Amino acid sequence: MHATLKVPSPLRRFTDNQSQLDFEAVTVNNVLDQLFDRCPEMRAQLMDEDGQLRNFVNIYMDKVDIRERGGLGAPLTHNCELRIVPAIAGGRYGIA
Amino acid sequence: MALPESGALPTLSPDELSRYSRHLLLPEVGEKGQQRLKAAKVLVVGAGGLGSPLCLYLAAAGVGHLGIVDMDRVEESNLQRQVLFDVNDLGRSKAERAAAHVRELNPHTQVTVFDQALTADNALSIMEGYDVVVDGTDNFPTRYLVNDACGLLGIPNIYGSIYRFEGQASVFHHGDGPCYRCLYPEPPPPGLVPSCAEGGVLGVLPAVVASIQCTETIKLITGIGEPLSGRLLLYDALAMQFDELQLQRNRDCPLCGDKPTIRELVDYQAFCGLAAQTKPDWDELSVQTLKQRLDRGEQMTIVDVREPYEWEICHLQQAQLIPLQSLESHLSEFDPEQELIVHCKSGARSAKACQLLQAKGFKHPVNLRGGIQAWAKEIDTDMRKY
Repeated sequence: MHATLKVPSPLRRFTDNQSQLDFEAVTVNNVLDQLFDRCPEMRAQLMDEDGQLRNFVNIYMDKVDIRERGGLGAPLTHNCELRIVPAIAGGRYGIA
Repeated sequence: MALPESGALPTLSPDELSRYSRHLLLPEVGEKGQQRLKAAKVLVVGAGGLGSPLCLYLAAAGVGHLGIVDMDRVEESNLQRQVLFDVNDLGRSKAERAAAHVRELNPHTQVTVFDQALTADNALSIMEGYDVVVDGTDNFPTRYLVNDACGLLGIPNIYGSIYRFEGQASVFHHGDGPCYRCLYPEPPPPGLVPSCAEGGVLGVLPAVVASIQCTETIKLITGIGEPLSGRLLLYDALAMQFDELQLQRNRDCPLCGDKPTIRELVDYQAFCGLAAQTKPDWDELSVQTLKQRLDRGEQMTIVDVREPYEWEICHLQQAQLIPLQSLESHLSEFDPEQELIVHCKSGARSAKACQLLQAKGFKHPVNLRGGIQAWAKEIDTDMRKY
């Protein structure tokens, strides 16, 4: 299945400033594995030590949270759009 | 939120009928909608990038009572986007100045000033009695605090957030809709996500997000349209695209789930990993001491971990530029036994660099306290600042 992954600007420094990446994969996990091969620093941004999606990062497939579709093992639909949406706060984070 | 009935609504004076004539012409708003706005109490948390247009548009729309919470003072770097303030406000209380400008804009709007931080100790008493809370905060602890307090009090929370060129907006705690904890159960640990102070923000970005928040506030108060509840609106200024994602209430949410466990406000600094700011394991150096050592002709290794565009604005002659993100790949260029002085703009990124150096076995990482900002303020006052 072909999938397009949209990368938000806070994470583009880890994707060589690419805002969008294309993949051929079967599940969300497959896409992430390929993403981490291409952009190794993305792994720590998205995944915790147990290999689970971090609690402050959401991934949506065709506008629905993948947690609602079965999580990282969710099967892709053809030409689906995956979107990474991290928590953003704004000006500062307690310490600057 | 429950809409007040006609009999309980305040009447509009001739001045108000004239001022709000463009609203009155909208059948969806009309006189009753305008009366509902006049009867409404809205609390704006944060009078910064989002809070500035929030206060202006809510007052202009005829909200009868506006509460404004902010503990900060107006700084020069605020004026690029915080359109509520001007040069005469520099150094003065944001909440006080915001209230003054709002009163000039619309004397029909009553304003209550909270020139203080919103904390777990005061949030419930400040927020109680307001019909809507609009989240214009700029940090995760206050964002979770606002969310939780709204949940406990049953007040809708109009959410907005900005970073660089992107924004998010939604409506939380509306009916059976989700809350911020349903969207993000936990905040990122400090340091993982750069702030606007580090990563920047397009000055006009908050105007777009705040205008969406104002729209949602007015819709809730007047009872018109479809609220942005159960949906997350994303705005990408560079692509000039809006996108909408579906949000669902998380049945396991500790605040609004089926079996809630949060029954009172907690320590949000601790929740966001900011509570125990213990003394760092590495040494710190003041800019005065660095100047003395440079004047003595000491040979030192100074690494500037800022970005190249920051280096172009100003830098120390003796420093070498290695942005934080690429520091790890340059470590082999240095002797782990030697002293390595690192600095950034204000000291936060260089603290992360010290942490990295220490983890990689460097014996003497040293953080320049206050960064190049302190150098420009205390040593070389002719240096370009940003």
